Amino acid sequence: MRFNFFAIGLGFIFQTAFLSIRGHQLERCPITNLFEVFVFLAWSVALTYMLVGPAYRLSLMGAFTAPLVSLLQGFALIAPIDTRHPVDGPVNSWLEFHASISLVAYGAFALACIAGVMYLLQERQIKTHHLHSIFYHLPPLTNLFAAITRLLWWGFALYTVGIVSGFFTGHPLPRVQVVSAIVLWLLYAAILQARHLKWLAPKRVAALCIIGFSAALALLWGITFTAELHPLP
Amino acid sequence: MNLFCVGLSHRTANVATREQFAGNATAESIMRQIGCAEVLLLTTCNRVEVYAVSEKLVSTDEITRCLTTTTDHSACDYASPFYRYEDEKCVQHLFRVASGIDSMVVGESEILGQAKKAYESARTSGAVGPYLHRLFQRAFRVAKQVRTHTDIARGAVSVGSVAVELAQRIFGKLRECKVLVLGAGETSERTARALVSRGVTDLRVSNRSLDRARELAQMVGGQAVPFDDWAAQCREIDILLTSTSSETLLLTREVLAPMLRERLDRPLFIIDIAVPRDVDPNVNEMEGVYLYDIDSIRSVVEQSLALRRQQVAAAEAIIADHVIEFADSISPGSSGMSRTAQNSLGEKALRASEL
Repeated sequence: MRFNFFAIGLGFIFQTAFLSIRGHQLERCPITNLFEVFVFLAWSVALTYMLVGPAYRLSLMGAFTAPLVSLLQGFALIAPIDTRHPVDGPVNSWLEFHASISLVAYGAFALACIAGVMYLLQERQIKTHHLHSIFYHLPPLTNLFAAITRLLWWGFALYTVGIVSGFFTGHPLPRVQVVSAIVLWLLYAAILQARHLKWLAPKRVAALCIIGFSAALALLWGITFTAELHPLP
Repeated sequence: MNLFCVGLSHRTANVATREQFAGNATAESIMRQIGCAEVLLLTTCNRVEVYAVSEKLVSTDEITRCLTTTTDHSACDYASPFYRYEDEKCVQHLFRVASGIDSMVVGESEILGQAKKAYESARTSGAVGPYLHRLFQRAFRVAKQVRTHTDIARGAVSVGSVAVELAQRIFGKLRECKVLVLGAGETSERTARALVSRGVTDLRVSNRSLDRARELAQMVGGQAVPFDDWAAQCREIDILLTSTSSETLLLTREVLAPMLRERLDRPLFIIDIAVPRDVDPNVNEMEGVYLYDIDSIRSVVEQSLALRRQQVAAAEAIIADHVIEFADSISPGSSGMSRTAQNSLGEKALRASEL
């Protein structure tokens, strides 16, 4: 666990350095194209892991987080998405706050998704009586579920702030984006409500975390793609 | 000087043979009788081994005579089950023994404690000198490294340990778990004790005979529950351990379903070690219920043993490195051992003879 933490920590330092340099070059928050958005998202996942990992002492979470960070980062580097767009004009602070806080919320949802995958993997082994080597390294089900719940709450709170701040940008946002973002917010609200009222078994909550994050990624892609076609000041 | 090990174990002798050689001698008595410089006697239920350093050549027969509990000293009767390892092979054998590779249950950790005890006993009596001291200290280090860097000690290999391992993988810390023991048999008692030893404090015991339930509850630090009330307990408990002699199923989906609705977010772990079974196997298909009967526990034990066996190669590699390192460390000028002993280990070809 310590190795995972320090490896991700080292990556996080490089990501921070990159985002800082790019931010200085652009003189604004470096989320102006799909490439920067993916790097920022990978940075958010690493940040959430570093805040959450040691607190919950979830063994192997780093081993599951690292591939996701690498995947996001790798996609950003390989795909031809680092295209420069004219971003003249004054910085819209509300828009930057809205975008960055939403991406940090995505980081929490990503970690909830990872914990969900770990939960389902461990649950499956215990249920079917087939215990593989990984069984002895994965955290207990109840610890994973507690982490999922807290990550969902964190992500949901940040995402709520992100959505509300979107209404203060002073520019009309594309309706599809707004509706999709609210649908995603409602999905996570429903998961949390069902969890709170004990309507859903932990296994289903874990599965919904994976579905929720997949939907969030699709939405993120859509938002960024639309923004590149119709950039806001 | 020669370093050698003479012994017999579960691999070469049955228990009747082993008990003929266990418990008679001490390291000190062997040292006195044979005139070795250093001697350590390791006796467990599965092995009797003598590790010795001697200037003169000591035959296996001389060692076996010291160990035997009978007065019949005809060597040919009991020389056959004995093996003998010398120099590096002896070092390798000790590292394997201490790491649990040579144990009946691969990877068990009891042997390490027994080896430490044997070392301490020999050291106190003055039978251990600098050579065996270094050898055994290194063996303890190797054993620890093997356990830390491989999965050889992973996995449970008894009903009690399977129950504890699974409970910990479901609930994490067991301190807050509520356990109901249904039926007060011997296996239940052992499993309950294993759970209590891992932190369970809320343990309830229910049995057709309330007196027996009270007796077991007292033994394991729990509380007795009347047999008629056990089903209602399923609303509250986290772990159910059942082993009654009932001829019919006690717990079915129909009984459990209404109770589960009230505890959807809390898993229920059921260990059914009764034959015939107390719990309907279909219960395992219910959300949040994890049912293990005696067959699935046996299957987990077999998987654990298979996993441990897979780790033997990795453990052997660690041991091989340490054997080389240990041989290097006793090369001339680097240790406090006698030059003769150093030369003996440094120059002699590997030779191990199984007699």
